[in-house]
Amino acid sequence: MTAVLTRRPGLAKVTVRKGGSLLHRAALGFAGLVVLAALLAPWIAPHDPNAVDLGAALAGPSADHPLGVDAAGRDTLSRLLLGARTSLLGPLGVVVLSTLLGVAAGTAAAWRGGRLDTLISRSTELVFAFPGMLLAILVVSIHGEGLLAPVVALGVAYLPYVSRLTRTLVLAERARPYVSAYQVQGHSALQICLRHVLPNIAPVVLAQSTINFGYALMDLAGLSFLGLGVPPLTPDWGRMVFDGQTAVQRGYPLSAVLPCVLVVLTVVAFNVAGERWADRVARRDR
Amino acid sequence: MNPTAFLRFTARRVAEMAVTLLIASFAVFGALYLAPGSPASFLLAGRSPSPEALAALTARHHLDDPFALRYLHWLGDVLQGDFGRSLTYRTDVSRLLADRLPTTLLLVTMALAVVLTAGLVLGRIAAVRGGRTDAAVLVATTLAIGTPSFVAAVLLQGLFAVRLGWFPSSGAGDGLLDRIWHLTLPAVALALYLIGMLARVTRTAMLEALDSEHVTVARGRGVPEHLVIRRHVLRNALGTVLTTGGLIVATLLVCTILVETAFSIGGIGQLLELATTTKDFPTVQAVSLIIVALFMTVNLVVDLLLPLVDPRITLGTRGAAA
Repeated sequence: MTAVLTRRPGLAKVTVRKGGSLLHRAALGFAGLVVLAALLAPWIAPHDPNAVDLGAALAGPSADHPLGVDAAGRDTLSRLLLGARTSLLGPLGVVVLSTLLGVAAGTAAAWRGGRLDTLISRSTELVFAFPGMLLAILVVSIHGEGLLAPVVALGVAYLPYVSRLTRTLVLAERARPYVSAYQVQGHSALQICLRHVLPNIAPVVLAQSTINFGYALMDLAGLSFLGLGVPPLTPDWGRMVFDGQTAVQRGYPLSAVLPCVLVVLTVVAFNVAGERWADRVARRDR
Repeated sequence: MNPTAFLRFTARRVAEMAVTLLIASFAVFGALYLAPGSPASFLLAGRSPSPEALAALTARHHLDDPFALRYLHWLGDVLQGDFGRSLTYRTDVSRLLADRLPTTLLLVTMALAVVLTAGLVLGRIAAVRGGRTDAAVLVATTLAIGTPSFVAAVLLQGLFAVRLGWFPSSGAGDGLLDRIWHLTLPAVALALYLIGMLARVTRTAMLEALDSEHVTVARGRGVPEHLVIRRHVLRNALGTVLTTGGLIVATLLVCTILVETAFSIGGIGQLLELATTTKDFPTVQAVSLIIVALFMTVNLVVDLLLPLVDPRITLGTRGAAA
C-alpha cells in the first residue's frame, strides 16, 4: 500500500516450489484477463455504468444484472468493467512516470558521480520523508480532486525507489570491462548508457516497476476511497468500495465486496508476476 | 561501544533530522503558493468573508509581508505549537489536534502490537517448521500484502460489525476499555498488510540465520533446539527486523487516514481527509507536518537502536544489517 513502498529485503530468496509455477501462471492469466476486460469494457458492459434504476437498488444477481445493483441503482458488473480502465490507467501513469524519471536520475547520478550524485541522493532522501499517499493528499488539497494530480504526486513519490535501484545497478555495470572497451573505442557516455547499460539493467528495473504497479494501484484506490481520486461519477474500484460502504452497513455487501476482491486479486497478480520476474533475473545474474 | 562515538552519532543524526524537517516544513508551507489564485482566495476556498474577516486573515497569515518573512512567521508559530485557525471548524488547529491525536496514537499503538505479535510469530513458525506450515504462511502473507487497509476495513466491518454484530461498526467510544473495544477492528484492518510484510521479512531473516555455521555448531554441541532458535537464530534476525521499524510506523500513520475514514473514528487521519475535502489548508498543513515528524522520529530511534541490538553494525551503516 502504502503509500510507503516496501523494499522487502530478501524476497528474491523465497524458494520457488512446484506449486509456484501454477500460482505464477494463474497470476499472469488473471492480470491478462483484467487488462483485456479494461480494453474491451465499453463493448462488453451490459449497461451504461451510470444508468440509474432506483427500483432495482440493492437487488441481488439476476439475468438482467448478473452481479447485482448498487445502492444508487447502477449495474455492478458494468461499473466493475469500466472501473478497471481508471483503476489500471492511474497506476500505469505512476509507473511510467516514476520509471522514466527514476532511471534518468539514477543513471545520471551513477555515471557523473560527484556533486550531481550528492544532490540527487539528498533529494531522494527528502522525498523518502514524505510517504507517497501523504504527498498525493497534499497535492490534491491544492489542486482539487481528479486523476492527474495524484498520479503525478505518486510518480514523484515512487521515483526515489527506482532511482536508487538504478544507481546501484549502473554503478555495478560501469565497473564491467565492456564499458571501458566502448569508452576506449570512443563511444560517447550517452551512447554507452542508452545502447548497452540500460538494456542490461532493464529486466531488474522493470520487474521492480511491475511490483510498484500493485502498490500504486493500492494507493490510488485508497485515494479514490477517500473521495480524493477520480471525480464522483467516474467508475473506479476504490470509489465503488466507498459508494458501497453504506450498502454494507445496511446488510447488502455485494456491491462493495466485489471491487474489494478485484483490487486484492489484481494487486496479488502483479506482485506475484513481478517477484517471480525479479527472482528469475537475480538467479540468471548469479 | 564507545559512548562518545555514540553521542556524536546521535547529535549528528538529530541535526540531520532537524534539517530534513526544516526542508519538509518549507515544502508544506510553500505548497500554498503553488495553488492557482492568490493565497487569500485559496485559503478562503470560495467562502465570501466580510472585509474585517479578510483583514484578519491577511494579518494572521502576514500576507502583506515578503515570502521569506511570512515563512519565518509561520515557522515561529508552528514551533510554539500554533498551527493557525481552521476555516472549517472555526477554532485553533492546535486544539483540533490535541483532541484527536490521542485516539490516533491509541489506534496506531494497538495496530503496532498486533503487527509485532502476529508478524513475528507467523514468520518464526514458517521458518522453523517449514513444509506445509511454511507454504500456508506464504499464501496467507501474499494475500495480506495485496490487501489495502481500506479494503480490509470494509470487509471486516461488513463481517464482524454488521453481519455478526460482535464489534461496533463506527466511532471511537468513551473510556479506555470501550475505546479498545471500538478500535479492535480498525487496528486489525490497519495491521493486516504489515503482518504479511513483517512475517516475510522475519521468515527470510531467520532462514538466513538458520543456515549459518554457528547454528550447526550449537546443534552439534547438543544445545536444545528451542534455545538454538531463541539465542542464535531469533537474535540474529532481530537486526533485520528492526530496520523495517520505520517503514512499519510510516505505513501505519498513513493508512490510519483510510481506516479512520472507513470506521468514522475522529482521529487526525479522518481530520486530514475532512480538511482536504473541505479545503481547510491550515489543518492539512498541520496534520501533514505531524505525520512527517512522527515518521522521522521513529526512523531516528531505529537508527540509534540498531547498533545496540547488533554490535556488529558500526554507527550509521544501517544497510549492513539488511
